[in-house]
Amino acid sequence: MSTSTAKIREITGHAVAVRGNDIDTDRIIPARYMKELTFDSLGQYSFYDQRFDASGKATGHPFNDSRFQGASILLVNKNFGCGSSREHAPQALMRWGIRVIVGESFAEIFAGNCNAIGVPTVTVDTGQIEQLMERVEADPGTLLHIDLESRTLQAGDSSLSFQLPDSQAKGLLSGTWDTTTILLDGLEQIQTTAANLPYVKDFPYDRSGGNPADSGRPARA
Amino acid sequence: MGENLLRKVWDLHKVRTLPSGQDQLYIGLHLIHEVTSPQAFAMLGERGLKVLHPERTFATVDHIVPTDDQNRPFKDELAERMIQALEENTAKHGIPFFGLDSGLQGIVHIIGPELGLSQPGMTIACGDSHTSTHGALGAIAFGIGTSQVRDVLATQTLAFSPLKVRRIEVSGTLRPGVSSKDIILKIIADLGVKGGLGYAYEYGGSAIEALSMDARLTICNMSIEGGARAGYINPDQVTFDYLKGRRFAPKGKDFDKAVEYWKQIASDPDADYDDRFQLDAELLEPMIAWGINPGQAVGVDQKLPLLKELKEDAREAAEMAYTHTRFRPGQPIKGQKIDVAFIGSCTNGRISDLREAARQVRGQKAAAHVKALVVPGSQAVADQAAAEGLPEIFREAGFQWRQAGCSMCLGMNPDILVGDQVCASSSNRNFIGRQGSPTGRTLLMSPAMVASAAVAGEVSDVREFAEGGGA
Repeated sequence: MSTSTAKIREITGHAVAVRGNDIDTDRIIPARYMKELTFDSLGQYSFYDQRFDASGKATGHPFNDSRFQGASILLVNKNFGCGSSREHAPQALMRWGIRVIVGESFAEIFAGNCNAIGVPTVTVDTGQIEQLMERVEADPGTLLHIDLESRTLQAGDSSLSFQLPDSQAKGLLSGTWDTTTILLDGLEQIQTTAANLPYVKDFPYDRSGGNPADSGRPARA
Repeated sequence: MGENLLRKVWDLHKVRTLPSGQDQLYIGLHLIHEVTSPQAFAMLGERGLKVLHPERTFATVDHIVPTDDQNRPFKDELAERMIQALEENTAKHGIPFFGLDSGLQGIVHIIGPELGLSQPGMTIACGDSHTSTHGALGAIAFGIGTSQVRDVLATQTLAFSPLKVRRIEVSGTLRPGVSSKDIILKIIADLGVKGGLGYAYEYGGSAIEALSMDARLTICNMSIEGGARAGYINPDQVTFDYLKGRRFAPKGKDFDKAVEYWKQIASDPDADYDDRFQLDAELLEPMIAWGINPGQAVGVDQKLPLLKELKEDAREAAEMAYTHTRFRPGQPIKGQKIDVAFIGSCTNGRISDLREAARQVRGQKAAAHVKALVVPGSQAVADQAAAEGLPEIFREAGFQWRQAGCSMCLGMNPDILVGDQVCASSSNRNFIGRQGSPTGRTLLMSPAMVASAAVAGEVSDVREFAEGGGA
């Protein structure tokens, strides 16, 4: 069965800057808020421990700042989203309202997770992100326009080019960023590849231990 | 020019090139757990899809399990709901589940190798970044997000862009008291937490070849902390000996066939690499990651860096680290008082880790102000430890001996730091809030170093530490 996903060509909106290198996914969403069976309610926990101090008092974090409420473009620095592979991190940001992230660089698992949910992660250089951040901090009303096809970002009257890997751009532009359907298209080839693997055909898993869930201990520790 | 293991495994598992230009890779082993799978099963359900290869999928429960009272229902209602969801999903889809009553439960990255599920030349995926661990067996193992867990459940494949390979050569011999944890902390400190972006790390050289499988697993486990998506060690006799006789490993003639394949899949002696890095094991000392990322690490005899000594990039992170930890630039790390000692996790919760730690505490007492915790990485590790009398050694030394789980590595179960406690921890991340308290402070080190810190009540040098039993 096929599931089509929306084509994502351009995003227009206000931006919010969260400064700092190596912002890890534990900071984007603390693990204690991951005890959920769905992603639905995660938006409120974005950057939770940065936004509230130990007594629960709101800090000056940009996500608390009334001027940045409603922002759909997140500006970040280097290696954003490092650490844990939790998709809860991009899911939380998306449910807070973020549609695209512009940064100097991204941790790979995080960027892959963003791509899988249709949130582009585009990169610019250090000077460009600094300019964008300063501009948005000085004037939160600045409207940004991101065009994935031409890979240009317009901020007010200035324009710059950004990087986006070809594979990501193709998927987003053609609405095929949801990979399951595309992967399943290759079903026959999947089975052929599997059947030829030495550990599938020549020496498969030894299952003589019976149902592993209800019998004894492994041979050794 | 020969080929490296990553290229060989990649070619063998490549299904086709996708329209996006990425490669579709077959995944030989999919491991799932309670935190990152329920949403993926829900997405399958919404699309009316089934699990394509339930026989290549295995489940356990680790992140949310309490390590003291494991009676059901769990006291934490949310945790109980998560384990129930996993029980239901695995039963519905015919996926083997190593639950709490199986005797085989444990941290997913401990049980994969231990059960012989993780094998050389395989592709392995799991919705957890520390999946890189399994690379120690010569597998290519990736941490993935939940939408990708859905992809693997539905198609047993993933879309991937090719990775470059950096050969990390560790020459020489480790000195007494220095362990594989110190090797990987040093690599991350030198190459940085972003150094591995775009790479898989291949670890080799005489110091790596001399390591046991347990010690190798520790190194590959933390590849992701250096930014590398995967890390691996070429399979050799240590690997074959480790796998022989394990529950799911091939037996008899099949085992011989497997060894043939495992030998072929290793990097050729003249293999090509995209980059190389060298480290001399002789020069290593016990390492401590003191800051807010695992790359902020110093040797136990060193002082914490002065801001002016650091490059601009590192300075900003160090400033944040000092603000969070309230440690002083220039202070020696040795002598830093600790409140909590944690031995366990997918990094260092294996039997040899517990043996090392037990050797340090035998006949000693944990300092009165220190809460000390030993958490075996799996039920099998716990059984083996019990057979060797380790729980008694720890208990007599004032340590709490717990049941298998992720425990204090991350704040998803009752084992958490309180307030701004300082924890000497054998885990993998010192991120702000990682151990469950937003103001908690984490010092990453080897299990032997954690054990000696627990007894001294402060960071101490395991090399100077008088061993109890033998003294």
